[in-house]
Amino acid sequence: MTSADATIASKARPLPAWKRLLLSEYLVLILTVVYFAVMMFVVPEIATADTLLDVLSAMMPLLVVAIGQTFVLIVAGIDLSAPSIIAMASVVGASVMTGDAGYANGSGLEVIAGILAFLAVGSVIGLFNGTCVTRFNMPPFIVTLTTMMFFSGAAIWYTTVHTDASSIGNLPRSFIEIGQGRVAGLPLSLAVVLVVAGAAHFILSRTVYGRWLYAVGLNPKAAAVSGVPVRKVIFWAFVISGVCAAISSVLYTGRLETGTPVLGQRILLDVIGAAVIGGVSLFGGKGKILWTIFGVLFLTVIDKSLQLMGLPIASVFAIKGSIILAAAIIDAQRHRLLVSR
Amino acid sequence: MTAPVSPLQAAPEADQPLLKIEGLCKSFFGVEVLHKVGFSLKAGRVLGLVGENGSGKSTTMNIIGGVHQKDAGQIQFDGVDYKPKGPRDAARQGIAFIHQELNLFRNLSIAENLFITEFPKLVPGLPFIDRAAARKRAAELLAAVDLDLSPSTLVNKLSQGERQLVEIAKALGAKAKVIIFDEPTTSLTTRETERLFDIINRLRAQGIAIIYISHILDDVMRICDDIVVLRDGHVVGSALKSDMTIERMISLMVGRSIDQLFPPRDYSAPKGEPVLEVSGVTQRGTVKDITFTVRAGEVLGISGLMGAGRSELARILFGIDPYSSGEIKVSGVPVVAPTPTVCMDHGMAFLTEDRRVEGLMMEAPIDNNIALSSLQKYAGGLGGFIDHGRLDGDVQKMSASVQISAKDIARTLVKNLSGGNQQKVVIGKWLLREPKIFILDEPTRGIDVGAKNEVYKIINSLAARGACILMISSEIEELVGMCDRIMVMAHGEIRATFDRGGFNREDILRAAMWDGNRSTAA
Repeated sequence: MTSADATIASKARPLPAWKRLLLSEYLVLILTVVYFAVMMFVVPEIATADTLLDVLSAMMPLLVVAIGQTFVLIVAGIDLSAPSIIAMASVVGASVMTGDAGYANGSGLEVIAGILAFLAVGSVIGLFNGTCVTRFNMPPFIVTLTTMMFFSGAAIWYTTVHTDASSIGNLPRSFIEIGQGRVAGLPLSLAVVLVVAGAAHFILSRTVYGRWLYAVGLNPKAAAVSGVPVRKVIFWAFVISGVCAAISSVLYTGRLETGTPVLGQRILLDVIGAAVIGGVSLFGGKGKILWTIFGVLFLTVIDKSLQLMGLPIASVFAIKGSIILAAAIIDAQRHRLLVSR
Repeated sequence: MTAPVSPLQAAPEADQPLLKIEGLCKSFFGVEVLHKVGFSLKAGRVLGLVGENGSGKSTTMNIIGGVHQKDAGQIQFDGVDYKPKGPRDAARQGIAFIHQELNLFRNLSIAENLFITEFPKLVPGLPFIDRAAARKRAAELLAAVDLDLSPSTLVNKLSQGERQLVEIAKALGAKAKVIIFDEPTTSLTTRETERLFDIINRLRAQGIAIIYISHILDDVMRICDDIVVLRDGHVVGSALKSDMTIERMISLMVGRSIDQLFPPRDYSAPKGEPVLEVSGVTQRGTVKDITFTVRAGEVLGISGLMGAGRSELARILFGIDPYSSGEIKVSGVPVVAPTPTVCMDHGMAFLTEDRRVEGLMMEAPIDNNIALSSLQKYAGGLGGFIDHGRLDGDVQKMSASVQISAKDIARTLVKNLSGGNQQKVVIGKWLLREPKIFILDEPTRGIDVGAKNEVYKIINSLAARGACILMISSEIEELVGMCDRIMVMAHGEIRATFDRGGFNREDILRAAMWDGNRSTAA
């Protein structure tokens, strides 16, 4: 019996409903809905329009970083520096825009200059990460761990040079609107995220670069022999991740109305956790923007519900950890099922 | 030493089979993979077990080796009923299984590997190793397999052939009465193969029974006394070597009579313009002053031992590895600063030696694999958006034209395909680019006879359409059957070139063995 026959034989047998559910792309979304339904009995406030809008605005910046991270994860890399990019971009961008002697203050272009500064910080750190990984053949984990450490420190140093306070405030109102504003009741940041997510989805599913990303993640040697410019593909994945972190920093900074060097400090595991819960593989070659969106939604809903229950921060962490673990176990089972199929 | 047809020793039980299998049945998930398989093995004989992939060879051996349990049937070993509880039990009873992928701990020494399950102890019952005894015993076992190395050598310093000898020494150390070899020569050089055969002959003379599984039918004819052919879990042929021929084995294996394994091609057809011109290509330590030309419609074979520089040359031609001097021209145009992408733009395609490592995305479906090298051809406009309609249609057509058997090419993962189908996926990937130069490195390694035949047909049709083909193979038969010319490499140099009509197996082998310091048995 050949294995091809085996595949055909098992396809002929319809899978039981629970197995089909477990294998569904929408599993995480379904889990979120089920969790939400259960939580409605525990904390009924969760189902109000205000809370839902809160969830939506809270997940926007996280989602943008996670989308960038998805690119790097697909090529079997990891970008630990994303939170420090957020922090560094935040203080650099704020120092350009702030009404307290900002570099571009009073020029009339301070918001544009500020946003460009955010993006510049993100792309430069992304370029650096990408160069180290592809030119010097360093493992992404080490490269981005060290850039994370360096820029976390640098962001604090940069702040102290510009202000006596712990953050850079007095930002232009029009900039703050990007993070806080609402259009027709929906957060303005949603528009930014929709553009980023849409572009990312199209790059991954419709372009040559997208197909190359998966190929490099699945088998870099075979990709190289097949004419894929492997180094370039990996390099650009890190740049994309850096730029996404910078965009996310714009949204976070706008929401907080101040450039903060400790911004995003705690989101690293949320970002990677969300992507992996969504189904993006840490071993590369597997991932979709839709999956990442589901993962981020799942984590944000859990966060919000625990917040509403008024639990102390320590228990929030413990509970969140257990839920992520449960999701990981389900994912492992699902993987086993896929393999045995 | 030539293989004696009858065993030398005249022990009284010589006519009694050592291992007797009757009516062996086994099913997995309701699918019968072995149906009443039966054969017997006598002490001091080598039994060749042949069959296509999936014919049941491995399952049979896994039952004997204690990996699987039989559903029905009888196995008698040394006159008693044999039912191993597991691989360790089988080993204890005297059955040694030397797997294709060797089971050695590469970070440990030879001696540690030999005694990994049972170290000689200083005091029986206490966990202290008697190092002196272990070294002495290891040295004896290594001498028995002609391995002239210190027992404290780390296994990762050994060649593939030497590792295999360590495995054999391990089997001898466990006092094995039956040794099963699964595809022992696929990763050996010709010289290592000769050495292995010497050892097998010696084991046979010592009265050890051997089961020899191989796709390489030449080897089976050389080394075995008895031959059993399996097909779809049935024994379809069982005979003395003297009553068997390679042609008969093949026709039994595939279940139909094929007059020839190699499909005919019009070898006298005039060749076209020179397409690939290589002159003086040299890279220190790998290849030296390589010069040859391949014309349109020509199949040029490259023969040679492992390590002769054949694959290295292929990798240089395709721009994967660098070269220090020389020139490569395609249709008269020099290839400048070669990388795989540049070489592909010149119309080259490269089927690598190891399709799992360098040819395929095993975890991806068939269609993504076929499309990988041609994506840019199907992308246009700003941002490189892929025209999926056109791409999918062409990939579907390609998959059909190379006859990949799978239900849904967008869903079946490549890792679930047989070796032959996997190879067709790689071929399809390159054909989609419509290249004019094919570099094929061991195109039929590890695939069964039926699939080989299909690959040969594809190669012939490419040549007939005017492609130029460079075919590297370790099977001389294959080159003789397929090529217009054969070039022989040894120690990084071209030693001889033969034209069709002047092909001679022995001359090719002699050129390949050019060395000067050691003569080898033919």
